[in-house]
Amino acid sequence: MINSPAELEQFRQDILAKRSSEKARISVCAGAGCLATGARKVIDAFNAEIEKEGLESEVCVKGTGCPGFCERGPIVVIDPQQTCYLQVTPQDVPEIVAKTIQQKKVVERLLYCDTVKNEKSVREADIPFYKHQERNIIGNNIKIDPKCIDDYLALGGYSALTKTLFQMTPEEVVDEVKKSGLRGRGGGGFSTGIKWDAARKAPGDTKYVIVNADEGDPGAFMDRAVLEGNPHSILEGLIIGAYAIGSHEGYVYVRQEYPLALENVGVAIKQAQECGFLGRNILGSNFDFDIKVHRGAGAFVCGEETALLLSLEGKPGEPRSRPPYPATSGLWGKPTNINNVETWANVPLIVSNGADWYNQLGTARSKGTKIFSLVGKIKNTGLVEVPMGATLRDIIYKIGDGIPGGKKFKAIQTGGPAGGCIPEEHLDIPVDFDELIKVGAIMGSGGMIVMDEDTCMVDVARYFLNFLTQESCGKCSPCREGVKQMHRILTNITEGRGKEGDIELLEELAMSTGSASLCALGRSAANPVLSTLRYFRHEYETHIKEKRCPSYTCQGLVSYYIDSAKCGACRICERECSSQAVMGGKNLIHIVDQTKCNACGTCFEVCPTKFGAVIRISGEPAPARIPEEARIIVRQRYVPKKAKQAETAV
Amino acid sequence: MNKEKIEQIISGHHCEASSLIQILLDIQSEFHWLSPEALELVGERLKIPASRIRHTATFYKAFSLVPKGRHEINVCMGTACHVRGAPRVLEVVQQITGIQPGETDIDMKFSLDTVNCLGCCALGPVMEIDEQHLGKLVPAKTAELLKHYE
Repeated sequence: MINSPAELEQFRQDILAKRSSEKARISVCAGAGCLATGARKVIDAFNAEIEKEGLESEVCVKGTGCPGFCERGPIVVIDPQQTCYLQVTPQDVPEIVAKTIQQKKVVERLLYCDTVKNEKSVREADIPFYKHQERNIIGNNIKIDPKCIDDYLALGGYSALTKTLFQMTPEEVVDEVKKSGLRGRGGGGFSTGIKWDAARKAPGDTKYVIVNADEGDPGAFMDRAVLEGNPHSILEGLIIGAYAIGSHEGYVYVRQEYPLALENVGVAIKQAQECGFLGRNILGSNFDFDIKVHRGAGAFVCGEETALLLSLEGKPGEPRSRPPYPATSGLWGKPTNINNVETWANVPLIVSNGADWYNQLGTARSKGTKIFSLVGKIKNTGLVEVPMGATLRDIIYKIGDGIPGGKKFKAIQTGGPAGGCIPEEHLDIPVDFDELIKVGAIMGSGGMIVMDEDTCMVDVARYFLNFLTQESCGKCSPCREGVKQMHRILTNITEGRGKEGDIELLEELAMSTGSASLCALGRSAANPVLSTLRYFRHEYETHIKEKRCPSYTCQGLVSYYIDSAKCGACRICERECSSQAVMGGKNLIHIVDQTKCNACGTCFEVCPTKFGAVIRISGEPAPARIPEEARIIVRQRYVPKKAKQAETAV
Repeated sequence: MNKEKIEQIISGHHCEASSLIQILLDIQSEFHWLSPEALELVGERLKIPASRIRHTATFYKAFSLVPKGRHEINVCMGTACHVRGAPRVLEVVQQITGIQPGETDIDMKFSLDTVNCLGCCALGPVMEIDEQHLGKLVPAKTAELLKHYE
């Protein structure tokens, strides 16, 4: 138990003193992405190898938070040299220990290699994926074992808390956050300082502060990485916020789909209580505060703050109209302040370094950095933290390394189901809250899904509306019925039943759903439709008028057949077809049985390029199949070269 | 139904009505479904009407009102997986198991569900069987993987 700032500093110095020796440190990403690719086995292999070599006193092995480069996991960083190895398997471990740990050499084949320049990067910071980022929040993940509070303290953790409790009044904290220009990272983009001020000034003795970790946007996992990787940074932010607002009870609302985040936050809270960062009389300051964890049970709408509050009370999360805002009437009717995970994680940085340091980064009205999850048709899938104002083009091409498979970029979708699709022509806009709205999208919580020429934009709109149909709580009819009808029309269009007037009807429905719904889910539900209509109206028209899907995505509008002149009867498509729709056979030209084919496109992908025999068409029926007798391929007898020469000689 | 275990879970949350969701989550993770008897018992202990319990149990996706099979399949339908071909993976799983999302087959072998993002988008399209992630799926590979479950 630490009872004063001086004791905390002493405690920190003790940790640092123990670590100052030349001890090597092997950090293996143990975030959910790397764990899925076998990071646990890599950690076990390192531990076993270190023990085998008797190096326990010289080396420590840590499972850490996610540094973001999910594409190349499992990731290993070896300090003090900062050597970064990618896609490490347990088989690589003995070589790494022998070469890098014992001989201080580099294992070349595990380094990042720029395939164009043919340059290898040894240090983590030299890899282009990281080089163009500004990793204020996520950068510490690889240095921290989330289950070890000492790691956080060694990096200066909880010093923002002591500064808050002993050198600042609550008003000063609120003013500093206001001055920093921090805006809510959950999607709304509302000024955090103003929100805090409202909760602080609201009458009442009992107030609550809440971490919204109900990250529900499909394709977004920034908050999970911070929660899993650096939970103490969020707790520290929350305690500072509680002090500023005058709250003594806080909640972390985590979705149950994130078991590792739940586990790590639980461990962190326990450690913080043991150290005296939570509980009564925190660090001898007379300030009391404690935190409970609440598991969400799987409802997208609970990310909306009024729904989240009801869920915390144990009820179905159905939003209510605002005002009153939670700042005056929130949990159990008391003043409540809710912020997103990433917003809370920014708070200790602002307090430690000052608002003037913080608001240097960013654009005029959006300050600091933002973490995005860059996914979809992109070479470097992962988490990317950049200053507000970075351009989409830099994010996609400099950090993401562009589109795989030589395909052409079509659009980038930002902001989750409430967001929009941005085409090539707007890739040079600076990414901040206001600029994204101008082009019909939103920042949202930070999802960025890259789409290429094979992605159908009508299908994307249908996908989001399908998602929202399932997640609409059903309380208000504009959302419940409007979203469902838009989904029905989009499904008709993608399945070839679109008709004249559908686009106009969609626009009308979008209008009424958007203006009459109770909460943000319904009000923004039309965004995927409106933004795709704005930039890709021609795709809608082609689907409706020509019954053709230009991207060959909508299965109901696409057929596959095999060009009999090109088929090599190799039987690969026959084997790979999961619908048994390819009629193959030895030395028989293959045929697609159109009655069985579900147009999944597998045959098209697996057909060897030397044949290129599978043809996809849309907007017209597949040609009639060739007669059975025409299928037989008569192959020339294969004669080895030598035998041939011998024959000629004779 | 193991009445004792459920009683234990309820008292672990101090019989508080506000802990309804947390209690149901614990029962769900213990028994993999919420049986009518379990719901009745929770209602009795927490003094919450059956209508409200059912409202909550059907509102949240984490709860299942039907028993789960031996293997729980979650196919990720997140946006990143979607653009990389998740629908055709789901189609194959449906074809092979003969069930739709939310259902369990008659032999209690598989239960199928879709989830909105497993957060390992680098592996997409991805599915999860018994908490193990299976990534970079194409229809044939999916069909092959499903053969390994008994």
